[in-house]
Amino acid sequence: MARTLINLPRSARRGEVIEIRTLIAHPMETGYRPDASGAVVPRDIIRRFACTYDGEEVFRAEFFPAIAANPFLAFTTIATASGTLTFTWEGDNGFVQTETASITVT
Amino acid sequence: MAPDRKPARLSRRAVVSAPALLAVVLLRRPAGAAPALMEAAIRDFTGHAPVSPGKVRLEIPPLVENGNTVPVTITVESPMAPDRHVRAIALFNGGNPQPNVITARLGSRSGRAVLSTRMRLATSQRVVAVAEMSDGTFWSDSAEVVVTLAACVES
Amino acid sequence: MTRRRRAMLVAMLVLSLGGAEAVGPGERRSGFDDMAPETRAMQLDDMANPGMLWVAEGEAAWRRPAGPAGRSCAGCHGEAEASMRGIATRHPGWDQAAARPISLEDRINLCRRERQGGEPFAPESDDLLALSAYVAHQSRGMPIALPDDPRLTPFREQGRHIFEQRRGQLNLSCAQCHEEHAGRRLAGSVIPQGHPTGYPIYRLEWQSLGSLRRRLRNCTVGVRSEPLDEQEAVALELFLMFRANGMPMESPAIRP
Repeated sequence: MARTLINLPRSARRGEVIEIRTLIAHPMETGYRPDASGAVVPRDIIRRFACTYDGEEVFRAEFFPAIAANPFLAFTTIATASGTLTFTWEGDNGFVQTETASITVT
Repeated sequence: MAPDRKPARLSRRAVVSAPALLAVVLLRRPAGAAPALMEAAIRDFTGHAPVSPGKVRLEIPPLVENGNTVPVTITVESPMAPDRHVRAIALFNGGNPQPNVITARLGSRSGRAVLSTRMRLATSQRVVAVAEMSDGTFWSDSAEVVVTLAACVES
Repeated sequence: MTRRRRAMLVAMLVLSLGGAEAVGPGERRSGFDDMAPETRAMQLDDMANPGMLWVAEGEAAWRRPAGPAGRSCAGCHGEAEASMRGIATRHPGWDQAAARPISLEDRINLCRRERQGGEPFAPESDDLLALSAYVAHQSRGMPIALPDDPRLTPFREQGRHIFEQRRGQLNLSCAQCHEEHAGRRLAGSVIPQGHPTGYPIYRLEWQSLGSLRRRLRNCTVGVRSEPLDEQEAVALELFLMFRANGMPMESPAIRP
């Protein structure tokens, strides 16, 4: 399990645009880097990120090796209703991580 | 910016005696194939549709002290309404081994068309952000970034 | 011309390229002050600072029972916000049993071995970095406050000696770069005064968190020197912390 940090407001007014910021601990090994012996370290990156809001996808992204280690991502969504946001990172070597956060919308 | 400035010529002796610690700042020329790769990646993203400059704002420092973690923010002018919004934002580079950085899909539920992340820059190079609108048009902004070589690298 | 002379000449040539004046005596600057605005912003925003990933991991580890004793750090020390406040400002600190100063990392491992009955964490392991980042983070904003303890004095003086002694194939002392030439540029980088205010740091060069020990190892490799042994390294860390007494802690800091 990789450590993640997810930041979004706990509550918002209906229709308000909220900013969501995420950090996840991951080396994002590019697959282009030689190790001490000269052998290329195999690629190990997060390839996909998705955010769903009460089950509906509101944002997704495809990552490439040029995304920095410990990926940071900030994006926005409209606060529509009180509910749950689900964040999923998927990557090489079967990497899958899912986190949730709830929001109260008034 | 002169991206194709020639690297400083150093004699072998100077190179051998100059430790990596004291590496000179080199404005290295991007690898010859990389900009072409970037053009191809952008064509893949747009499906060969024309790309116009404008509507997109790419914020990235012009001079970075370490290419491992470069903050970048892309903002696109759009009402983000159900009938008029940004469908996708993609970021490309012309000097890394691979031209893609990130491709994000968004929509009217995003509220605003803005995306921040951090990228790697192997060397000084051009970075291009392209946005796909709901009407099928493509818009872009680009920036030249100079990457200075750090003096004290991990050995 | 000998190879060493030539290396020195190259060193001086590159050093002389910097335009900034060396910082006057008594004017102490954190490496933070010389970073690019976007790197400073990354450090100041806890939701953008990747070092906070280790702090969060350390907080979880603080509460997790470990070792055959099944004891957590919190089991003895309670809430770190209270019990660990200021601890990092006083490390390396005196250890009665060892009769010498030990680093914060060593203190954590000592606790782990003697109180939890566990295996010590490997140096630079994520486990050790996470706990030391969490503990050091409790001192963020507090001034470094190494005590004027006579037992520390000989070690501090040993550290000062190491700091001022020329070493390695480049024949450079720490002081030559980080005092005489601090504030000037070496290649694209401003030479910092070398105050350890933010360890463990997230160094962009490392793409990871790392300890002061790792940074010092970088420096010894940089001047082509034999590595410092354990005692020398702690002595140098102690001297550097004394030298930075009064400066605010920044852990986890970001550095290029």
